[in-house]
Amino acid sequence: MAVVDPSGDTGSFEELAMPLFASLYNFAHWLTQDRAQAEDLVQETYMKALRGFSSYRQGTNFRAWMYRILRNTFLTTQAGLKACASLSLDSDDEATAPSLHETPEAVLLARVERETIQKTLEELPVKFREIILLSDLEEMTYLEISDTLGIPVGTVMSRLSRARKAMRQLLASKLQGALR
Amino acid sequence: MTCELWRDKLDAYLDSECSPEELAGLEEHLRACSACASEALGRVRLKRVTQAAAMRYSPSREFRLRVKKAIQPKRRPIWAVARMPEVAAVGLGVILLALGLTLWVRHAARERALAELVDLHVATLASANPVDVVSSDRHTVKPWFQGKLPFTFNLPDLQNSAYKLIGGRVTYFEHSPGAQLIFQIRSHQLSVFIFQDRPEMAPVSVGVTVSRELAFNTEIWSEAGLRYVVIGDASPPDVHELGELMRNAR
Repeated sequence: MAVVDPSGDTGSFEELAMPLFASLYNFAHWLTQDRAQAEDLVQETYMKALRGFSSYRQGTNFRAWMYRILRNTFLTTQAGLKACASLSLDSDDEATAPSLHETPEAVLLARVERETIQKTLEELPVKFREIILLSDLEEMTYLEISDTLGIPVGTVMSRLSRARKAMRQLLASKLQGALR
Repeated sequence: MTCELWRDKLDAYLDSECSPEELAGLEEHLRACSACASEALGRVRLKRVTQAAAMRYSPSREFRLRVKKAIQPKRRPIWAVARMPEVAAVGLGVILLALGLTLWVRHAARERALAELVDLHVATLASANPVDVVSSDRHTVKPWFQGKLPFTFNLPDLQNSAYKLIGGRVTYFEHSPGAQLIFQIRSHQLSVFIFQDRPEMAPVSVGVTVSRELAFNTEIWSEAGLRYVVIGDASPPDVHELGELMRNAR
């Protein structure tokens, strides 16, 4: 079975899907925060995608399609349901978070270690963590993120903005804590 | 437009999602407003740091192979095919593909592992406190790791060499603790990483492997159940000489 992917290449499911394996696993681990659960999630994603490959529409974005399956699968797990319940997904267009007590970021970043960034990402709500990972790590366009998360591009922009603001706020509080 | 409104556009700016008109307007504002320019720089740096920090988890080779096997199409039994030359050609093709994939997987895993170690090296040197034990005395640095690592290692006597031991710290790579030692030669600082050589770790060739990764020179070898990696911006002979000193340490 072969399809045309958005870049114009043709390939079997394996040829298209396996190059995404490491990225999908990293994303799954960030979502689940657990190696065994991440492996279950990735394996289930690949099996679902393989079964649904015949319905995959030619000319659409294969990467976004795979990430969407992974994320939808995650949302049906216990951890995913818990993540959904802890924060309403409809609150994107509400007023943004209170303004930050920001220190100059150049000073902040000079002190921030890799571990602090990772810890901060872990502490973010899942819907903030995933959109930052899709944008900053996977370098997806807003349109791809919209396709992956199943939300309008305008919501991608507002959610990403709130996610980054929350991240900066958490980093700032960590720095203040470290200086006390 | 106020600074607050311009700052609302900074996320789209750093994601390259601004329209040409917005981009022109924003860049003009950033040239004139140092506060917003500083904010933009901070956000760009945060995005870069996040990108590096977020590439954190790697699947094991066993898991990758398990999934790969599960998604491979079931092949027809060989006796169901009448024309044996075609069978042979297909068989050869499959073997070559598998060999190619295996080599590619090994190469990709090695590149990823080296890139991660280079990141660790750079992050350590950029840190305000690069080492947890600060001493040029190997008899101080080595005992410091006792109880912190599930293995031990030897450090070289550097009295008659151009290298100086700066200190060491415990680090983590592929979920396992290891030692990171910082050495100095002239104005260059080099890291020597030491980890347990586990089968699931990214593969390296047997013996000493010398390569360049992101313009850093590296040398890798395995010995007595431990994996050693030397990384630095010093010349290849300098990196190799430090590797030799470590290999001859008693």
